[in-house]
Amino acid sequence: MIEIHKLTKRFGLFTAVDDISFSVQKGTVLGFLGPNGAGKSTTMKMITGFLSPTSGSAKVCGHDVESEPIAAKSRLGYLPEGAPLYPDMTPRAFLGFIAELRGMAGDRRARIEEVVAKINLQSVLDVPIEHLSKGYKRRVGIAQAILHDPEVLVLDEPTDGLDPNQKHEVRALIRSMARDKVVILSTHILEEVEALCTRTIIISNGKLVVDCSPAELAAKSRYHNAVSLRVPSSQSERIAKTLGAMEQIAKLETVPGNQGRDTLVAFPRNGASIAADIGAKARDERWEIDELRVEAGRLDEVFRTLTGATSPSAL
Amino acid sequence: MSKTITLMKRELAGYFATPVAYVFLVIFLLLSGILTFYVGNFYENGQADLQAMFAFQPWLYLFLIPAISMRLWAEERKSGTIELLMTLPVSLGQAVLAKFIAAWLFAGIALALTFPFWITVNFLGSPDNGVILASYLGSFLMAGGFLAIGSCVSASTKNQVIAFVIGVAISFMFVMAGYPAVLNFIKAIPGSGQTLVDAVSSLSFLTHFYAITTGVIDVRDLVYFGSLIGCFLFANAALVELKKAD
Repeated sequence: MIEIHKLTKRFGLFTAVDDISFSVQKGTVLGFLGPNGAGKSTTMKMITGFLSPTSGSAKVCGHDVESEPIAAKSRLGYLPEGAPLYPDMTPRAFLGFIAELRGMAGDRRARIEEVVAKINLQSVLDVPIEHLSKGYKRRVGIAQAILHDPEVLVLDEPTDGLDPNQKHEVRALIRSMARDKVVILSTHILEEVEALCTRTIIISNGKLVVDCSPAELAAKSRYHNAVSLRVPSSQSERIAKTLGAMEQIAKLETVPGNQGRDTLVAFPRNGASIAADIGAKARDERWEIDELRVEAGRLDEVFRTLTGATSPSAL
Repeated sequence: MSKTITLMKRELAGYFATPVAYVFLVIFLLLSGILTFYVGNFYENGQADLQAMFAFQPWLYLFLIPAISMRLWAEERKSGTIELLMTLPVSLGQAVLAKFIAAWLFAGIALALTFPFWITVNFLGSPDNGVILASYLGSFLMAGGFLAIGSCVSASTKNQVIAFVIGVAISFMFVMAGYPAVLNFIKAIPGSGQTLVDAVSSLSFLTHFYAITTGVIDVRDLVYFGSLIGCFLFANAALVELKKAD
């Protein structure tokens, strides 16, 4: 439903987005990751038709954003970064205005009621937007983006600045809508990618660095399939020695903990699964283990590895 | 078309959502009254017409109209709502036109509220209401000219104060181009002929506005204001496109 072909944007000499291509199918929640200034927002602005690309093209549901802007824009819902809104309007007036501009057929009022109920805006419907809290403003921004039930939803940092409850609500909302849509969202929060996205794209310095599922991304981590054990400090040295002797284990790290417990992290050779072997060893040697956990991989570590080398500021 | 009307309604409602509209209307009417009755010597003239009011309107507009137009685009760019607006399924032309028409209608409301002057002059004597009607039309057209300039300037900056000051400055040039002092100055330049004087004078708001206030609606004056508005709105659209991402 979205086809991005060799999209490039230059501002003067600075290349903000450099030759990015990808396509997205229905039912996908695509997470854009990248350090600040990597080109995530610029890419989104080109998909939504706010910025014209220097070269390349973006198609939304088969309509080129540059040559058929109105057709493409009518199929899009967009939450710009920071959720800009008209401060002097009330959410009711604002959503009515958007519904009219979108030329929505059918009962607009009923649809507005429905969306308002879905994201809990009833209590502030007649309060001018300038008096609303950040969380409510963000929700009004999301409401205008989903009002016309668009096929493609582009959300630039939808949970930025929200408290944990609000974040949870917004994520649940996005998940509930994702089945028959394309959702593209950008975020800094890696847990959000794991919780929400079916696919991730990492952009660094305007270039597409990685395009895969969050699980595949996690698999790139050196922590992938690593096993961490929480053991009593008194035993940790003995256990570490035994583990260190196992040939499946490439490397062992000891993290001293509190309450007389240490954490040992065993990294497997070539990402192989070693949990069963360690478990068997623990039974044989009767270790007192509080916790044994297989790591899927740490996204923040992968993120730093992939983007840090080219952009040290991301650390 | 319906989208233009939707945008226009929001924009017009925006004026009245804040005290700006009311402050503007009160100041405009107050100044109109002072200029007409005290500076313009409405009573002492002993003439049943509204020349005393219309003569000062270019100067009143010069400072008040840029105050209406300064927020049109500067505010959208400052608050980032321009990104919202330009990603809705509306064309740039519709947005530019809707904002301009909303501001023009607002200026029209201000102008229409001077009707007590018209009632007064009809009460005191028997004026040529045709001339007064033509003058109102001329005044409305001139307001459109000022607004088109102001709207265009507003698109070039995020700062409303800058939009106001530059708007006044450019408008000032368009007003002054027809002022006798300027025209006499050009006439005095050696080698300048009547052609140059006419050319400069024909660019002026004053020349065309005063021509209409005599009661003669000349197509040339209508074309002048129409093409001026058209040119500045076209430049306005180009500026929005160029600067929206800054």
